[in-house]
Amino acid sequence: MAIEIEQPSVGLSRVAVSETHGEDSPYFAGWKAYDENPYDEVKNPSGVIQMGLAENQVSFDLLEEYLEQNLESSTWGNGNSSFRENALFQDYHGLKAFSKAMASFMEQIRGGRAKFDPNRIVLTAGATAANELLTFILADPGDALLVPTPYYPGFDRDLRWRTGVKIVPVHCNSTNNFQVTPEALEDAYSKAQAMNIKVRGLLITNPSNPLGATIQRSVLEEILEFVTRKNIHLVSDEIYSGSVFSSSEFTSIAEILEVQKYRNAERVHIVYSLSKDLGLPGFRVGTIYSYNDQVVTTARRMSSFSLVSSQTQNLLASMLSDSKFTENYIRTNRERLRKRYELIIEGLRKAGIECLKGNGGLFCWMNLSPFLDKPTREGELDLWNSIVQEVKLNISPGSSCHCSEPGWFRVCFANMSEQTLEIALKRINDFMEKRKRSWLLFSNL
Amino acid sequence: MTMGSTSSDQQQKQLLSKIATNHGHGEDSSYFDGWKAYDNNPFHPIQNPNGVIQMGLAENQLGFDLIEDWMRRNPQASICTAEGVKEFKDTAIFQDYHGLLAFRQAVAKFMGKVRGVTFDANRIVMGGGSTGANEMLTFCLADPGDAFLIPSPYYPAFDRDLRWRTGVQLLPVVCESSNDFKITKDALEVAYQKAQEANINVKGVMITNPSNPLGTILDRETLQSIVSFINEKNIHLVCDEIYAATVFDEPKFISIAEIIEGDDTCNRDLIHIAYSLSKDMGFPGFRVGIVYSYNDEVVNCARKMSSFGLVSTQTQHMIASLLSDDMFVERFITENANRLAKRYKIITGELRKVGIGCLKSNAGLFCWMDLRKLLKEPTVEAEMELWRVIIHDVKLNVSAGSSFHCSEPGWFRVCFANMDDETMKVALKRIQNFAIRRKPFRSNLRLSFSARRMDEAIMSPCIMSPRSPLVSART
Repeated sequence: MAIEIEQPSVGLSRVAVSETHGEDSPYFAGWKAYDENPYDEVKNPSGVIQMGLAENQVSFDLLEEYLEQNLESSTWGNGNSSFRENALFQDYHGLKAFSKAMASFMEQIRGGRAKFDPNRIVLTAGATAANELLTFILADPGDALLVPTPYYPGFDRDLRWRTGVKIVPVHCNSTNNFQVTPEALEDAYSKAQAMNIKVRGLLITNPSNPLGATIQRSVLEEILEFVTRKNIHLVSDEIYSGSVFSSSEFTSIAEILEVQKYRNAERVHIVYSLSKDLGLPGFRVGTIYSYNDQVVTTARRMSSFSLVSSQTQNLLASMLSDSKFTENYIRTNRERLRKRYELIIEGLRKAGIECLKGNGGLFCWMNLSPFLDKPTREGELDLWNSIVQEVKLNISPGSSCHCSEPGWFRVCFANMSEQTLEIALKRINDFMEKRKRSWLLFSNL
Repeated sequence: MTMGSTSSDQQQKQLLSKIATNHGHGEDSSYFDGWKAYDNNPFHPIQNPNGVIQMGLAENQLGFDLIEDWMRRNPQASICTAEGVKEFKDTAIFQDYHGLLAFRQAVAKFMGKVRGVTFDANRIVMGGGSTGANEMLTFCLADPGDAFLIPSPYYPAFDRDLRWRTGVQLLPVVCESSNDFKITKDALEVAYQKAQEANINVKGVMITNPSNPLGTILDRETLQSIVSFINEKNIHLVCDEIYAATVFDEPKFISIAEIIEGDDTCNRDLIHIAYSLSKDMGFPGFRVGIVYSYNDEVVNCARKMSSFGLVSTQTQHMIASLLSDDMFVERFITENANRLAKRYKIITGELRKVGIGCLKSNAGLFCWMDLRKLLKEPTVEAEMELWRVIIHDVKLNVSAGSSFHCSEPGWFRVCFANMDDETMKVALKRIQNFAIRRKPFRSNLRLSFSARRMDEAIMSPCIMSPRSPLVSART
């Protein structure tokens, strides 16, 4: 009779068994609730409404219209590369026509206030890949990037998981609308030094996720001065730049560098993507724009691990080089997002809820701190749990964004129809009414 | 293109990471010198008939007419046609890292057709091409400093893909021409022992089957012996089967999937397949990399990691449509193999005419050419010298065996599926003229072979394939 010897299960890597992928955070429990009971106008009107997904669905008709009118130029042949050429094209420099189109699209978004050289564009499969790639290039394992809070929860994975790099938070708070201050930057830097951690760069998101607000010009200048003084890098993730409600309110780091005639520019790198502004997250189109030649070269080589499908480059090259289309798209998209924003702000205000004054993005930053049972993270998660389970809305708690003040929530408004948004607002209103009544009742006992 | 102040390169270098400033990107390897020669002077039948012919690029260009014909008859596969545009929105929004179900099912079915084994669509995980897929598996299975054993000669870019950002090492398992470069249990043990002595933690074995650059497939015994080796040592086995559908002749391809299906003693948690559509279908631009693991934990981890290299849903949509057309797939697999077989016959036949042998192979997009007797001496330097002559004088970009870490100098990989028939003819003519002009240097060969006398060439046993009993008796 054979003796069964139990084989030790062979190890996977430390990266594989760590939890830095972040999927065990409460952020995802709301998703679970949605996945198990998703709202549908017709089939499931009492289901959970997804307000935790920063997707832009308000301008799809413009894209579809473009495609319908330009079917031939979006496919193969007719002056574009043939299927064969396209299928074989794996050059990490990217399709020339596409890099050019991306550069000019980025210029248009910034109202022509900054120029972009197509030769500095590195293409990656989404901003997820771009941010990780830059981290591999700018920092060694054990080093740190400074990131202002609150920040996009995905950064915990994108910047840290496989790179071994740490995030040291730069704490921002509501006293000044969560803006980054030189003091907060210095504080974070000193904290890192005290822990013997080498800071290699600062990563900002402008406009901010989750705040939905742009960074002011004066703050950008302070930031630039700080990174120059510390001799570290600056990564500006401008993924929502095309979603600022009014073009004049967005200042890209690129504009400031241009005004300064690119002095100290080689420490600056911009990340962009078409996932938010164009609403094409499935196509995996990200880009790194760096003013540093060595970073461009290295990033390009590294992009081999996450290139953009040539088929997608081909499609978007024609779309994005049609300046009549892009101008109209950018303008219309901004307008529609602004309207949505006003709708939700008004609806929340009627329910007695205030939000941070925002001017861009696909979400608003809602303040429920006055309604917490306890002004703590637990209090916030309790309230969040009620909202998910009773109100049946999946919104994102500020703690998942590492916000240092409990009670703030990110609420997405561009990933649904207007009707669905109205229903969500009604549910919030009813919830708040109920709470007011029960609070009044309680206080009258 | 330089903007901003001119800081010294040294200062610049300190501002970037170690990974960014080391040579892990691999582009300084001689592998790329031939490319540079080609880029500077590319062959064109009309515009530049004396240019360098690209024979260093393992691309499959032989099946496009079949695919293009299918595309024309199936416009709904593209979301930019009148028939397909109604799928545009749902496709563009979908970013779930599980991938479109139809895509996974179609890929699993395709893999199954090529291997005669059933694949589970729920184990299909996307990667950014096989470049991304291989790196991803390495991140999942090994820590920085750990090592993978890898039979040589091997694909040069593995040095970058498996090591650069992962910090993992590659230790070669030396394979030799004396037994047609087969992987032996001894060679595996030797490599493993060396690692132990050097205190290096071996986490797995990486094989490419069919092999690049050899173009051969692993036989059942070898596969079984590798499986028992990794089970014994309790280490992982990664099989890169990227050339699976390029098998054009007997013997039939045996996938690792087939081996473990019939083997209850193998610990399935150790078995992982890397795949891609870049070679079999000729779609390198579409970045369709696949990780297929029998280890649930690895599937879950890799899936999360695939966020860094998902396949564009536009491409997923098209592939789902293309590969679920059974009739097309079956016809393509057969026709693709036929065309590759034809090319292989032509190239090896013409080379044989001028006394050049190739390793007998039945797969891949290339042949493994034996030019050992044309070397001044059996050294890497002599191989490089010969290579430079071939690139600059003969004007062919072939790949030198040393760039594949081959332990024996004198072997060259020659790609034959990335050009049309006419270009192939020109390339062969050039090789033949070169072989006739260049006398073999190796005086220890039994027959003195007068390279100018072509008819004698066919009679001489020294030009037989390395499997000739005369050759093996001598070596």
